[in-house]
Amino acid sequence: MSDKATIRAEAARLQAFFTVSGAVPVEADLLQSAETLLDLYGEDIRARAYTTHDPDRGELMLRPDFTVPVVQMHMANGAEPARYTYLGEVFRKQQADSRRASEYLQVGYEVFDRTNPAAADAEVFALFSEVLSPLGLAPVTGDIGILLAAVDSLSTTDRRKRALRRHIWRPRRFRVLLDRFTGRKPAPSGRAALLERAETGLEALIASGGPMIGLRGPDEIERRIRHLQEDAAAEPIGAAEAEVLDVILSLRETLNNAHEQLRDIAVDLPGMSHAVARMARRMDALDQAGVDVAGLPFEASYGRTNMEYYDGFVFGFLAEGQPRLPPVATGGRYDALCRMLGGGREIPAVGGVIRPELVHALHNDLAEGGS
Amino acid sequence: MSLKLAVPSKGRLMEKTFDWFAARGIGMRRIGSDREYAAHVDGADLELLLLSASEIPRELQAGRIHLGVTGSDLVRERIPGWEQVVREMEPMGFGFADLVIAVPRVWVDVDTLDDLDAAAADFRAAHGFRLRIATKYHRLVREFLRDAGVADYQLVDSQGATEGTVKHLTAEAIADITSSGDTLRANHLKVLEDGLIHRSQAILFKSRKADWQPADRATLKNVLAKIGG
Repeated sequence: MSDKATIRAEAARLQAFFTVSGAVPVEADLLQSAETLLDLYGEDIRARAYTTHDPDRGELMLRPDFTVPVVQMHMANGAEPARYTYLGEVFRKQQADSRRASEYLQVGYEVFDRTNPAAADAEVFALFSEVLSPLGLAPVTGDIGILLAAVDSLSTTDRRKRALRRHIWRPRRFRVLLDRFTGRKPAPSGRAALLERAETGLEALIASGGPMIGLRGPDEIERRIRHLQEDAAAEPIGAAEAEVLDVILSLRETLNNAHEQLRDIAVDLPGMSHAVARMARRMDALDQAGVDVAGLPFEASYGRTNMEYYDGFVFGFLAEGQPRLPPVATGGRYDALCRMLGGGREIPAVGGVIRPELVHALHNDLAEGGS
Repeated sequence: MSLKLAVPSKGRLMEKTFDWFAARGIGMRRIGSDREYAAHVDGADLELLLLSASEIPRELQAGRIHLGVTGSDLVRERIPGWEQVVREMEPMGFGFADLVIAVPRVWVDVDTLDDLDAAAADFRAAHGFRLRIATKYHRLVREFLRDAGVADYQLVDSQGATEGTVKHLTAEAIADITSSGDTLRANHLKVLEDGLIHRSQAILFKSRKADWQPADRATLKNVLAKIGG
């Protein structure tokens, strides 16, 4: 086991690399507003973040990541374009009996630059690739934007697309909805009976439920029933389209091959072409940044289960042959998160984090293996 | 040190626990005054502790007691990774209660978790905050809703009279224990068709964290022989 001082020195070395690359070092509070985090991430954050209480400020959380405070800081007083780096502890509750650390350092690099998103994506990936290169890690890339575009290009109702988009990060739920919208699985039990009763008038139907209580009003109940009626009348998503979506979701290839396949798919699903072109621009930018694009793995579903705020390019660097080890570094584009925190303001952002204690451990392994 | 067994200190749960052990040849009785939390066991070398049912999970987890009788809902809620910490020795056949998700009956469009998820999305868009579910079972409810893929909700803490929170506009739905459903009905709520989170009953638990001396194991063996576990 390495002591904290050694790991901190490793972290400082990593941060120095980002500082030399032009990033401004920034700090963030350890105590973060629980309200903001809950609103962004939902109740699941409570299972992962330590919650504490302040008599005046209310519920607070021990910083589970730097992304939110750094975005907030940038919005409050940042000039664009901006590049930031940070170094500090984050705190995450772990499963009982899991050996994973609940308190560890992160070193991060974030870019807020709206001029050329592809170049910004490539810049972040190339820097991470460079600073981690002595460790021989396995990189992986993905693109949540491709998945979102695939959903958007389905020929179905906007409401169905919204429902699918909303559950991109919950694959199981996404599958249930998709199977229903394609007619592969029936609607939930009771749906038909409800729609039948709705024929005789919504007011009577709602009145039959008893007294009106709670904040969700009769107008909201009525609106949902109308949506259900529209949905029941809508054509199912065609089998061919659903198949294409499955192909995209399970796509695991080299970046070049993946792009070629997606370009072919975009011929039939023209709605995809914008996202596929964006992917091509990123590949060019990666190439220009000196990254070996041809050999880079691409997994369309990478980042779907545990990187919920990313909505574009995503990447990870993994220690091969050590599947139990968390990724050494992860990152991606999170424009939507910035939009939510910015109250509608667009602040395109991409960045990533490294775990210095893993870098340090792998350095040691290499040194021992080499001696 | 003899083997320590904790049982609920009050009410019907205590009486039924005493009855259950008595029927199996282990007599328990309170000693001292009505208000004194002291008890004695006949027929087994057990040290009997009367504790609040809600504190028994913590004592099992800490290994301060060897055996404890409490509701399976409390153990699952209070002990992370409970299967590694305690073992279910014997379901006792009383203290039945279902932890369920309930919504206003007037929500004629919401019968399943699927509906709840869709309603939550619309609710958040309309009101600007996540749909509130009042409960004291935070861990169980959160894990259940995560597995079901329900999003856009938040849990608000409610330690009692949870059924009233919807009417009082402090929550839109609830997750609470019900045995007959009468209180839910009286408060104009209905249980979602697939909203059963856990079917709880009183269980005799064994702590894996307690110090099990050879003598304690021998005592346990005797107890188990009597209760047929």
